Amino acid sequence: MKPAPFIWHGPTSVDEAVSVLAECGRDGKVLAGGQSLVPVLAMRLASPAHLVDINRIAGLNFVESTPAGVTVGALARHRALERDAAATTAQPLLAQALAFVAHPTIRNRGTSVGSLAHADPAGELTCVLALTGGHILARSSRGERRIAAADFFLGPLESALAADELALHAFFPALPAGAGSAFTEVARRHGDYALCGVAAVVTVDAAGVVTEARCGYLVVAETPLVLEVTEAALTGEDALADLAMAAVDPQSDIHGSADYRRHLAGVLTVRAVRQATVHARARRQIVAA
Amino acid sequence: MTEELRHAVSLRVNGIHRAATVVARRTLSDFLRHDLGLTGTHVGCEHGVCGACTVLLNGDPVRSCLIFAVSVAGESVTTVEGLRPDPDSLSPVQQAFHECHALQCGFCTPGFLTTVTAGLAENPNPTPTEAVEMIAGNLCRCTGYQNIVDAVLRAAQIQRDSL
Repeated sequence: MKPAPFIWHGPTSVDEAVSVLAECGRDGKVLAGGQSLVPVLAMRLASPAHLVDINRIAGLNFVESTPAGVTVGALARHRALERDAAATTAQPLLAQALAFVAHPTIRNRGTSVGSLAHADPAGELTCVLALTGGHILARSSRGERRIAAADFFLGPLESALAADELALHAFFPALPAGAGSAFTEVARRHGDYALCGVAAVVTVDAAGVVTEARCGYLVVAETPLVLEVTEAALTGEDALADLAMAAVDPQSDIHGSADYRRHLAGVLTVRAVRQATVHARARRQIVAA
Repeated sequence: MTEELRHAVSLRVNGIHRAATVVARRTLSDFLRHDLGLTGTHVGCEHGVCGACTVLLNGDPVRSCLIFAVSVAGESVTTVEGLRPDPDSLSPVQQAFHECHALQCGFCTPGFLTTVTAGLAENPNPTPTEAVEMIAGNLCRCTGYQNIVDAVLRAAQIQRDSL
């Protein structure tokens, strides 16, 4: 249960970090909060020859909110984002989802961008980035590029980041006026990996009628799944549950069968859409007033 | 493989400047125990699940088994040894654990004490439900948790009474 030896790099600037990453190539791995990476190293599921520790780089620990959305720097800890009032106002789904990310002790150290780069389909924020249509800004010695959420998650634990790229920040678009959001999941214990999780963003008109509904799923697909569910939401809750159950592709493991997870996808979709609709109606009144 | 490179790491532990030269893969938990001799921090699962190794990093509880010592050079750590106000007395949380019999074998206790100390600093008046949530990330295999929840509530009361 001890990591294998590695060569540690402690760059103090982004330029230095990407140049080290370029030198290390496929033998290098970025270390931010380490709350997913260090267990992987301890169990020796991975043993990269080089770790590029970005914790000493100034200027990456920030959360910046504008009317357009929330930008989260590579060193912003989950807990800081969760407690950021301006971020919660701009995109409430962030704090709603972060409450389900492991335990507070883990959130004190783990970074939001790191968990996106880890690309675990069980990661709550992967689902939020996909559902909100956000993006990742990646930098390498070759330049900078913006990777849309839809192109970012390639498979379980596999992101579109190249070996020499550092994820500098994640951008989550703001929740539009007239829309509401909700995040719900079922886990064996709160803070454990979810058996299934569903996020919803629902838009309502001035009369409170749903005009658009979309859901994001974690755990029950290889990459974060996003479903357009407007029609089903207007048809009724049975249609909503049926749509979700047909779309997901869960796996069985010791914690729950594929059938059970599929069932949860249906139940949680109904619950998330219901909560997001209530949230949207409440926000509309606030906006109108 | 050639001999591993060692790094000089200094940090503030329980208010005292401490330093050692260690390999990069030295976790903070092993650094505290093996290099600094502070064996109050216990190491259970070594992959962030059990919570026994929880220490306060700049005041916030973290898993010391999931952090490399070299990553936190220059920062401030509080371990269970740093919780008591003086050598002859217990902190309110320690006193409450003692009174409520919130430990049996004691292996998990350092992690609970640090977690609850930080938890009560943030929320000095937890409800029973909030007390359960406060300790949800820590595992105990002896007590069944009821006495620990009682101790969280008792510690809050001791802190209130001492104001």
